Amino acid sequence: MANTLFHKVWDTHTVRRLPSGQTQLFAGLHLIHEVTSPQAFDMLRQHGWRVAFPERTFATVDHIVPTSSQRRPFLDVMAEEMTVALERNCREFGIPFWPPDHENQGIVHVIGPELGLTQPGMVIACGDSHTSTHGAFGAIAFGIGTSQVRDVLASQSLALDPLKVRRIDVNGRLNPGVYAKDVILTIIRRLGVRGGVGYAYEYGGDTIDRMSLEERMTICNMSIEGGARAGYVNPDDTTFAFLKGRRFAPQGAAFDRAVAWWRSLASDANAGYDDRVGLTAGSIEPTVTWGINPGQSVGVGERIDGDARDEAFAFMGFHPGDRVAGTKIDVAFIGSCTNSRLSDLEEAARIVRGHKVAPHVKALVVPGSRTVSQAAEARGLHEIFRSAGFEWRGAGCSMCLAMNPDRLEGRQICASSSNRNFKGRQGSPTGRTLLMSPAMVAAAAIAGEVVDVRTMLDEVTA
Amino acid sequence: MSQAQAILSVTGRGLPVRGDDIDTDRIMPARFLKAVSFEGLERHVFEDDRAADPWHPFNDARYKGASILVVNRNFGCGSSREHAPQGLARFGIAAVVGESFSEIFQGNAAVMGLPCFAADRESIDRLQSIVEKTPEVTITADVQSGVVTAGDVRIRASLPSALRDAFVSGQWNPTAMLLDRFEEVREVATRLPYVTGF
Ligand code: SF4
Repeated sequence: MANTLFHKVWDTHTVRRLPSGQTQLFAGLHLIHEVTSPQAFDMLRQHGWRVAFPERTFATVDHIVPTSSQRRPFLDVMAEEMTVALERNCREFGIPFWPPDHENQGIVHVIGPELGLTQPGMVIACGDSHTSTHGAFGAIAFGIGTSQVRDVLASQSLALDPLKVRRIDVNGRLNPGVYAKDVILTIIRRLGVRGGVGYAYEYGGDTIDRMSLEERMTICNMSIEGGARAGYVNPDDTTFAFLKGRRFAPQGAAFDRAVAWWRSLASDANAGYDDRVGLTAGSIEPTVTWGINPGQSVGVGERIDGDARDEAFAFMGFHPGDRVAGTKIDVAFIGSCTNSRLSDLEEAARIVRGHKVAPHVKALVVPGSRTVSQAAEARGLHEIFRSAGFEWRGAGCSMCLAMNPDRLEGRQICASSSNRNFKGRQGSPTGRTLLMSPAMVAAAAIAGEVVDVRTMLDEVTA
Repeated sequence: MSQAQAILSVTGRGLPVRGDDIDTDRIMPARFLKAVSFEGLERHVFEDDRAADPWHPFNDARYKGASILVVNRNFGCGSSREHAPQGLARFGIAAVVGESFSEIFQGNAAVMGLPCFAADRESIDRLQSIVEKTPEVTITADVQSGVVTAGDVRIRASLPSALRDAFVSGQWNPTAMLLDRFEEVREVATRLPYVTGF
């Protein structure tokens, strides 16, 4: 019977139907970090439970690590304590752990794929809502809470209700200056931040087919911002080529056998979907959020539309009919699990090269992982950013959620390549976040205000 | 392990927090996630919203001791942080009644025995209004039937059936269930080529 990848993966991972009516689902890969795991380990100890499959969980630190100096012990006592707690928990329960100074360290959603841990057909769980990122490989990946982290540690499984599947087709060519980030912001704008509740999003169409895995990760990453708990792209040759030779990917003949299995899991051509939506790539503009949720966005040249009573207007200081272009910014942040990979930094560097950051702007680049940072340095990107006046930092989540010293002050406005513009998200309760692509952030850093990156691209390609 | 208790109904006074899409960053700002335990989180629930708005319901003495939170659409969207429902539960919230919830939030709340009931916009508005007018009114939310009463107002709400059954049977904390037939978990592992080796 024709089926979607979601249902095939769901079925192969089903342990049983629980008395509660939920499905017990085997979680093939579990990633943990310092913020949402300590209480889970405490609960294990309280009950005397062991970790069922310690070799299927991998740990690193990302959320709280300082990115200016990663020397230990961290100056931030609490950050140090949380790192030590994770170290201790991993040692006690036999879980592989990559500490801040390890070459594999980085944001969980960046390192999983780059190490080849993330593979098609897996059920993946992590105590972070952007786990949907891993769906770019054709995995079903769920963000979970701390009690579920405990469940996965204890039983390598989750109690879940199945999702419906919405197919989202994007077809056609993206215009220059328009990126995966603009595609997903447009999808969320169109379907709303609640539109995906109860659904997994399957992204397809020729635009997605042509995208690199890094671009697909940007799209899947923000599924959760549209309310969809999971998002995925069917695995294809691009996926397999990305995985080949990665450290934890199958090697040699095993790789070919894996490819055959992975292929068989892709949605069948005549699979049925609970809903379908289509989008034309050519109609997508560089997109910027103006409000306090990721669905409140506009094309950079467009006027903001909406009800003036919406609290987002007062909070952000915009009025219906305003344009976001021309908004003066205070901070420019390139980073986060949405847009901190090599291609993101390359694209931003292309804009930055030969320019200077506007004097009133604090600009920082925070690579998603140590591997990204090394690859970028090998290409000299750090020099381009530094000579323009950007700070070049160590890997981590940084100003995406401001649990380390990187944060907004007062009502500062930040052009950010991250994924959430919630009130207070970047560390100041009154701070304001404008989400956009890394290239748009780079352009804003130089202009000192939000600008259409296409005006600068002309210059780059001329 | 100790068997969880059945949760059949929740009774208490109401605490209305109006607004759609109230995210977990607002319920529990990230800086309070910097801890290795959930202890003390009750002090930081809605901290930034409360500081910005002296009239925030969590600042309002009339709602002191209330245990049923009444909210609007997509409550708890955003981050998967369990610190949000933990903070609410430790604050004394025993049930949430709202128009809709983010799935992760609703699931996180359930495993700590905090049911989230959903009802239509009009019913929620009536409930919020009645609590705002008469904060002392007693609300009862019945898990099985989904009926929520506040004085002589009676609205229909519901829980996803799996969660409802879990509360009624006392099986809302799933770990014991998940471990119950662990050999079946192992069986699935042996069927998966990426576990056994391709
Ligand atoms: S970068 Fe931001 S969204 Fe991504 S894992 Fe870190 S905190 Fe979460």
